[in-house]
Amino acid sequence: MQDTADGEEMLTVEIWRGRDDGALRSYQVPRRASQTVLDVVTWVQRHAEPALAYRFACRVGMCGSCAMQVNGKPRWTCRTHVSRVAKDGHLRIEPLANLPKIKDLATDMAPFFEKWRDARGRHVPTRTRHEPMAPVSSESPARKAADAGIECINCAVCYAACDVVGWDESYLGPAALNRAWTLANDERDADKAGLLRAVSESGGCHSCHSHGSCVEHCPVGLNPTAGIAGLKRMTLVALMKGEL
Amino acid sequence: MLEARLYLLQRASAMLLVPLLLAHLVMILYAIEGGLSAAEILGRTRGNLLWTAFYGLFVTAVALHAPIGLRNILREWTGWHGRSLDFATLGFGALLFGLGLRAVLAVTA
Repeated sequence: MQDTADGEEMLTVEIWRGRDDGALRSYQVPRRASQTVLDVVTWVQRHAEPALAYRFACRVGMCGSCAMQVNGKPRWTCRTHVSRVAKDGHLRIEPLANLPKIKDLATDMAPFFEKWRDARGRHVPTRTRHEPMAPVSSESPARKAADAGIECINCAVCYAACDVVGWDESYLGPAALNRAWTLANDERDADKAGLLRAVSESGGCHSCHSHGSCVEHCPVGLNPTAGIAGLKRMTLVALMKGEL
Repeated sequence: MLEARLYLLQRASAMLLVPLLLAHLVMILYAIEGGLSAAEILGRTRGNLLWTAFYGLFVTAVALHAPIGLRNILREWTGWHGRSLDFATLGFGALLFGLGLRAVLAVTA
């Protein structure tokens, strides 16, 4: 941390500028109380680099838009306090790993969401809107399993943290498979066999190494590794029953 | 559902290999420590159906387990994928099986 002539505490912040052939650029940003990494990026755009591209929306950890690499680790920047990640007053902020860069801190999220589609991440209903809602007991084991994974905010932090995504571009990734796991446990879903087939394709749940990086980095504390292990078990049972 | 089948085969062959490998290692230690000569070992293994079945199963499990693992490693570390990789690792499995079976027959037939 540096002090200016008037005694104001300053952060040294390196931010990625450009696309693949870009570079880190350094900025001096005033240190504030309760300052988040997103606050720092916003300060840079408003006071030093008006053309800086980055993405955010809610600023309260709900929308999943503002994830970036902070000092080498993927984080939701709106809920990451500078005091927690920049103990020496230095921040390095880069676009999320494992996704194509668009400009500066903005990445192309299309591959991430295409994999949700490929993991059959949409609900296939058993009833129409004209029928009454299907009752699902909050005590059923399937409902509890779905509950454990359902709060995903689609921030792609797990996708950026996953080693297997970095190695194998066909791998669906933790978020899409976590979504598939919640649907596999949804008693109202009509196409469980189709879902299990989708996650058993090349790059599906069987590619997971159970490193647990997704668990370690998930900002909302989900455990996609456990869900993926559940999908592996479910697909093996279906395979042995001849249903896959 | 090739991936799920391969996943199952690799886990099942690993479960089989654990006791077989331990028995194999114990056997090596026994043969070395006991000071058995090659002729004495061959005298015990030749025509013995139990050893033929033991090492036949061992070789089969290895020939299933290793190529599946190699396929995953090659796909992740070199980006090689698709049918050509499937056939190459299938060929590697066949090679392991052939060489292993040749060795089994050499000491048991």
